[in-house]
Amino acid sequence: MDTSDPVPFRPHVAGTQPPYDAPPYRSTGLRHPALPVVPLPHTVTETTGPRFSPAQFPAVADISVVDGRQAVGERIIVEGHVTDEDGRPVPHTMLEIWQANAAGRYAHPGDQHDAPLDGNFRGTGRVFTDAAGKYRFVSIKPGAYPWRNHPNAWRPNHIHFSLFGPGFASRLITQMYFPGDPLLALDPIYNCIPDAGARARLISHFDIGITQPEWALGYRFDIVLRGRGATPVQTPDEHEEAH
Amino acid sequence: MPIATASQTIGPYWHLLEDKSWADALRFGAEGERIAVSGRIVDGAGAPVADACVEIWQSDPPASDSFPGFARAATDKDGVFRLVTLKPGPVRGRGNATQAPHLAVAIFARGLLRHLVTRLYFAGEPLNETDPLLSFIAPDRRGTLIARPDGAGAWRLDIVLQGADETVFLDV
Ligand SMILES: [Fe+2]
Repeated sequence: MDTSDPVPFRPHVAGTQPPYDAPPYRSTGLRHPALPVVPLPHTVTETTGPRFSPAQFPAVADISVVDGRQAVGERIIVEGHVTDEDGRPVPHTMLEIWQANAAGRYAHPGDQHDAPLDGNFRGTGRVFTDAAGKYRFVSIKPGAYPWRNHPNAWRPNHIHFSLFGPGFASRLITQMYFPGDPLLALDPIYNCIPDAGARARLISHFDIGITQPEWALGYRFDIVLRGRGATPVQTPDEHEEAH
Repeated sequence: MPIATASQTIGPYWHLLEDKSWADALRFGAEGERIAVSGRIVDGAGAPVADACVEIWQSDPPASDSFPGFARAATDKDGVFRLVTLKPGPVRGRGNATQAPHLAVAIFARGLLRHLVTRLYFAGEPLNETDPLLSFIAPDRRGTLIARPDGAGAWRLDIVLQGADETVFLDV
């Protein structure tokens, strides 16, 4: 029987994750814990997590089409690699995506923005990384949309991403943004991340190599999940003290 | 070195992902001791959190083709989530410790730039007395992690995001 402790995920690098309490984003006000969160050394509960296979959870990799009919808008290809903080690919892991349509409206009953729905766009997909950690999907560039956080508030164009990775402690929900968006500088959700580099890494890159002639613009968005064990400057013997 | 991608809120429209069957971890035919787990999530003003996504994960019984060990549910207009899974057994802790049966719980919502993590333990389990996490938490807050019986095979754990009786959330 293996009696060693599971190798924990490394703590996040300071400043690279948003806080729970972020006054510029009003909804955090009554929803953030007021008491400190309690540190939990990782056990098998945190280091393992659910596995999803395309057999049980079929991929939907082209969300620009419903029943053979094209959604309205600018067709895009989004491609990238999922790796961990040691640069290792995260193979065969599931990504869930959801987004607004080209007019900035979600196919969701709660979205009452006065912009048209598109019967050919549902805005939800699911893809898996390949053996090298690469994923790819086809969609429509989402529109910006207003929200009520502050007067004249607009969310930048974005696609929501959900990933699980190898353990429940690697669970990640994030948003991918688009380069050159003037709304980014005004967006509290984006700007609540303290570290400028960490913010910038949420912006995808236009990529002419991914772009398909006469068909769709390509954007690259690489995602990094938490690494395990000690930081790489330490020796493997120090793993157990890492968290 | 690459640094882990920053979290962003799940937002109010995450239900586009929702498949209601995911609330039942037994939908692939797993056999064992079925339990129903429910709870109400409230905010710092005591108002129901009606747009949350609640996920559970357990490493016991081990996940398989018939048992994902994972379930997801939306809270309803009253802030209530309802999930079905198998009763977990004890699992190993760090060192020689044994952990009392528990579920890992993740809460995502508008207003949470990062998800909240907590655990759900089961009232009356003798191992609760020696569980490393429960033992570490002050007795007056420990109860926020312990579900109460709520009828045959049913357990209830209400979650308070902020304020008096605030749930213990975990830094994982
Ligand atoms: Fe959104």
